[in-house]
Amino acid sequence: MGEGTGDTGEILRRVGGDTPLLEVRHVIKRFGSFAANDDVSLKVMPGEIHALLGENGAGKSTLVKIIYGSLQPNAGEILWKGKPVTVASPAEARALGVGMVFQHFSLFEAMTVVENIALALPNCKATRELADTIARVSANYGLPLDPNAHIADLSVGERQRVEIVRCLLQNPELIIMDEPTSVLTPQEADQLFVTLRRLAEEGCAILYISHRLEEVRALCHHATIMRRAKVVAEADPARETVNTLAQLMVGNEIIRVIRDKGRLGPEAILLKGLTQISQEAFGVSLQDVNLSVRSGEIVAIAGIAGNGQKELFDALSGEEPLEKEDMVIFAGEAAGLMDINQRRLLGAAFVPEERLGHGAVPALKLSENVVLTRHGTGEGIARRGFTRFGKAGRIVEKVTSLFDVRKGVLDPEARSLSGGNLQKFVVGREVERTPKILIIAQPTWGVDAGAAAVIRQSLIDLSRKGAAILVISQDLDEIFEIADRIAVISRGHLSKAEDADTLTPEKVGLLMAGGAEKKGAAAA
Amino acid sequence: MMRLELVKRAEKSRLMSVLSPVFAVALTVVFAGIVFAAQGHNPLSGIWYFFLEPVTSLWGVEQLITKATPLIIIALGLSVCYLSNNWNIGAEGQLTIGAIVGSIPPILFPDFVNPLVLPLMLLMAMAGGALFALIPAKLKTSFGTNEILTSLMLVYCSNLFLDWMVRGPWRSPQGYNFPITIDFHEWAVLNAVDVGGIYLNLSAPIALVLVVILAVVMRSTLKGFEIRVLGQSPRAGSFAGFSNRRMTAFAFALSGALAGLAGMMVVMSEIGKLQPVISPGYGFTAIIVAFLGRLNPVGILIAGLVIASSYLGGEAIQTSLQMSSKLATVIQGVLLFFVLAADTLILYKVRLVTGREGEGARA
Repeated sequence: MGEGTGDTGEILRRVGGDTPLLEVRHVIKRFGSFAANDDVSLKVMPGEIHALLGENGAGKSTLVKIIYGSLQPNAGEILWKGKPVTVASPAEARALGVGMVFQHFSLFEAMTVVENIALALPNCKATRELADTIARVSANYGLPLDPNAHIADLSVGERQRVEIVRCLLQNPELIIMDEPTSVLTPQEADQLFVTLRRLAEEGCAILYISHRLEEVRALCHHATIMRRAKVVAEADPARETVNTLAQLMVGNEIIRVIRDKGRLGPEAILLKGLTQISQEAFGVSLQDVNLSVRSGEIVAIAGIAGNGQKELFDALSGEEPLEKEDMVIFAGEAAGLMDINQRRLLGAAFVPEERLGHGAVPALKLSENVVLTRHGTGEGIARRGFTRFGKAGRIVEKVTSLFDVRKGVLDPEARSLSGGNLQKFVVGREVERTPKILIIAQPTWGVDAGAAAVIRQSLIDLSRKGAAILVISQDLDEIFEIADRIAVISRGHLSKAEDADTLTPEKVGLLMAGGAEKKGAAAA
Repeated sequence: MMRLELVKRAEKSRLMSVLSPVFAVALTVVFAGIVFAAQGHNPLSGIWYFFLEPVTSLWGVEQLITKATPLIIIALGLSVCYLSNNWNIGAEGQLTIGAIVGSIPPILFPDFVNPLVLPLMLLMAMAGGALFALIPAKLKTSFGTNEILTSLMLVYCSNLFLDWMVRGPWRSPQGYNFPITIDFHEWAVLNAVDVGGIYLNLSAPIALVLVVILAVVMRSTLKGFEIRVLGQSPRAGSFAGFSNRRMTAFAFALSGALAGLAGMMVVMSEIGKLQPVISPGYGFTAIIVAFLGRLNPVGILIAGLVIASSYLGGEAIQTSLQMSSKLATVIQGVLLFFVLAADTLILYKVRLVTGREGEGARA
């Protein structure tokens, strides 16, 4: 654990003075061989706004799911008001007094506020009394709501209020909030903070998950920081700076692979004013994204999940049509209106974030999954409408030996491979083509260290052979290991790509937590 | 405490893919025996009359092939729909509209009598069925309408339209006011030919050719690959550059065309004119055939024969045991039920769990 800051004395005093409302002791949660929570302990005092900080994949969500009863730990115990409890389901968590407000709402759009809330409460009907209670509670906590409004007519901020009020009506003593401000405007966020402080004053504890370090500093009494499935530090946010919190989050141990500078060629990827208004409820609109990647270099886009990475990937791959053809230029050709296979013919290759279901079809064999992305690349895998699975099979063999893909039978179904091996296959399938342009999202997401090293090295080697590579990643260690230049995406804005040698993880962490959008916000 | 637990297999079991329909048929035979017994008949003689007796004569085999042919042709088209995740339930309607459109030459132009009429009628029937099937497809891609509902409801529209046509504008003046059209002329009907003692018309070889074509398309063409990918994983399909919208239109048009073709050939061989009812529900039964055949062309060929024999079996128990021929429908439904249930074994192993074992994971 180590790395505790100077505030341990104060923490001990507070803990010693009272029984914690919630205590998590030495919890371990494994998924296969991968530990998502490794000996995690946490204490939340009554009336405390407790921040849970960490990068994506650090294990925050797993911990919260264990507390809320939707996951069961492999080892460790949970104490509620000093007594050991087993939280077998979210219903049991609610019975104890734990409420949760989700990042993505679970409301029926066609129904009214009061109907939605009645659905969640045990033995409750959408009566006039309930409507009155909702109106009273929501007004009390500064969350004005019309109980008879239809959800479909409410803004995202108002929908969140419905979720919070629904949670409050169950008289919780602990409320878990998963990134509550990620969908809110700054004004809505400020209003939410007033409510949360009010709740805390009344003795309700709040476990607050966020990446936005400024608001954690302003709001939270205490912070537990997780990295790679472990708790690495406890801190008093008010006494830390955003810089020191970011440093605790991303850690210091950046391992650098030795890599010489590549010989830079012409601009192979050029984004000019890429703007894309998202049509989806939780989508992010891309705002005037500009970037150039030259042959022979790796440019990484850092950012917290859900800040426009998915939309950017779809715009680059051509899965989501663009407005203007010169918004995306590949190898000098305006590709904005091309479909994904026309872009592949220009020498581009793509590796999406989601391996199963996007990058590969789970129930198809590996050879068939080679056909999936390479039937339209002019390599003769599909000719005159007929597919040549034999040729695809030989590519599987090549990828298998180049990337050390471990598999039971010669040509298994994609879903039978482990995550790391499938990722090696999905990356290898594209790299084996020696593309001129590679767009890759989360290259080593959920992959063990050995496979991650193989994949990262292959990316560096490919770029040094003259490919332009754009990596979209949330893993700062990875980004600093392989990127020549780094840009940061935040709420659809992309910062200027800067030389990786001039940046530090703290600086990037700051940009990730909202700094990257300042320029854009001023313009808007 | 003991309980059964389903454990997911890492891969599809090839053995179970073959065995699961066999299990389903076996369970259906057992179920049918129980029904016969419950009705006071000897279960063994019931099973004999229902499942076996019909195919003991050449005439029975001829009937079997005649009934199986439209089922197979329609099910082939439906299999493309279902494999690509398009739920066309309206083949019966596409069959009807196809037959109406294909009947335009002999009914409206009775003097146009030459060998071209036959292929023209078949092509027009396919076009009519395809266009009618494109209605639910277009509603799905443009407005997100549920194609199960729209395609099903259009069946009733088409049946009423046929009813109105044969009672109204197309009613034969020589038909003594019966709701029938004029008889088709000699080039507008399919004549049966003696093949080793059984009389067959052109539709059976056409069904066989279609089975072969679809088997090749699904196994080794890019189109077949596209159908499978889009059905299993639309997002991966668009990553491969395939279009879901175009696939929906393609699958509906193809299955509509085949349903229209089947409907036309039924009219041209068995009826020779249009009347209010032209199909004993081939379009619906073909859904069972498609699934019983594992959405595989060769499987559909076998399943078509199995299901067709249940029609004959229904008639056989009616004459031999004086039971309702509706039992055939019951047995078809039960067969589909067992097929879907037995399919679980392809992806899951059944394991017997004793008390403690399952609890160990809890902290």
